[in-house]
Amino acid sequence: MAETDADIIDALVGITPGSSLDAIRARRPEARAHAQATYRALFTPDVPGNISAQERFAVGEFVAGLHGATAIADRYAERLVESGAPAALKEAVDAAVKEAKTHGPYGSYPAGPLSREDTAGPVYRVAAATRRALGPRLAPAFEHVHMLVFHPRDAAPAALQALLDAGWSTTDIVTLSQIVAFLSFQIRVVTGLRTLAGRP
Amino acid sequence: MSEKVLVPPDHTAPTAFTRAQLDWLPWLEPLAVEAMTARHLASLVDAARVKSPYFRLLARDPDALEARTRTDKDIFYNPDAGLPRAERELAAAATSRFNGCLYCASVHARHAATYSKREADVQHLLDAGVTADLGERWNAIVAASVALTATPSTFGPEHVDRLRRAGLDDLAISDVIHAAAFFNWANRLMLSLGEPAATV
Repeated sequence: MAETDADIIDALVGITPGSSLDAIRARRPEARAHAQATYRALFTPDVPGNISAQERFAVGEFVAGLHGATAIADRYAERLVESGAPAALKEAVDAAVKEAKTHGPYGSYPAGPLSREDTAGPVYRVAAATRRALGPRLAPAFEHVHMLVFHPRDAAPAALQALLDAGWSTTDIVTLSQIVAFLSFQIRVVTGLRTLAGRP
Repeated sequence: MSEKVLVPPDHTAPTAFTRAQLDWLPWLEPLAVEAMTARHLASLVDAARVKSPYFRLLARDPDALEARTRTDKDIFYNPDAGLPRAERELAAAATSRFNGCLYCASVHARHAATYSKREADVQHLLDAGVTADLGERWNAIVAASVALTATPSTFGPEHVDRLRRAGLDDLAISDVIHAAAFFNWANRLMLSLGEPAATV
């Protein structure tokens, strides 16, 4: 099935033309158009670069799955399958979500007065069987993605070096980071607007 | 051979949330100004951002950067009704405080203080954290931003009801949702691609 250009946030929230949320989104037309443009840039880019469609949608399903946003995760999983991913990859993403799910945000601050707010939490390491199925590029990417989703204040240069060493270029890392960060926005807009719509 | 992360120059890392001006030092190589194409430069949207290593790093994926920036500007600067600018900035600062992004919190706490003239309340949010008592309307905005920022989200109908009781209409509530959601995007990039430094 071809990727349509229907607005993905409208589709995920269930916004229909003429509804009150349709009118509210129309008051911020640039935000609406460019949230969609970001989705296109990150998932169906004009210049794909070094990151395959399968990698992009695998990360999409993983991020949405980590958020417990099942309907959104299903959407990215469908795109993953449509992009030609083998069943084993889809199963590995499902397995990674189960292994990695927790609650955030947690993490540590630089030593000082904020240290009293340090909150411990897991550092995700992909299990051996899942690692084999994800492969040598996606497995380290998923470990980084988990940090970005749940404990971004633990970020450090070593995490980026691990991605560089796994064959992600500097530009690839910018795009991967944008995919995770953008989805953190998209999922929250969908969650928030669905809640608002359910409270007329 | 893989690329290497950058080692930031000697600097003083901030150890507390502040409204002071901070620097940001990249862990990955930004584009050199002289290497930027017309497309890279256009993706900055504001020409002055060519001075910023953060934006020159994100310009490595110019379509994603430009769409990100146009989304950001409409959420925060669109003057058409909805949530007052000061309170959009409050939602950004609260989200950044909860995720632990000292750099983002510094910028948007300054904006919130400037537009609201409530410097003491904004500073209390930075010092005491997201449970600080800022008066019911601001407490409702902070609580909604924090609930939406948690992973998985804990944002529910009770947050919508509390915002309505505080006087927000549905466009203003949508603005809270978008402002908090956008800073879940921004915080993850700022936290994971470099680090803040005190200015000398």
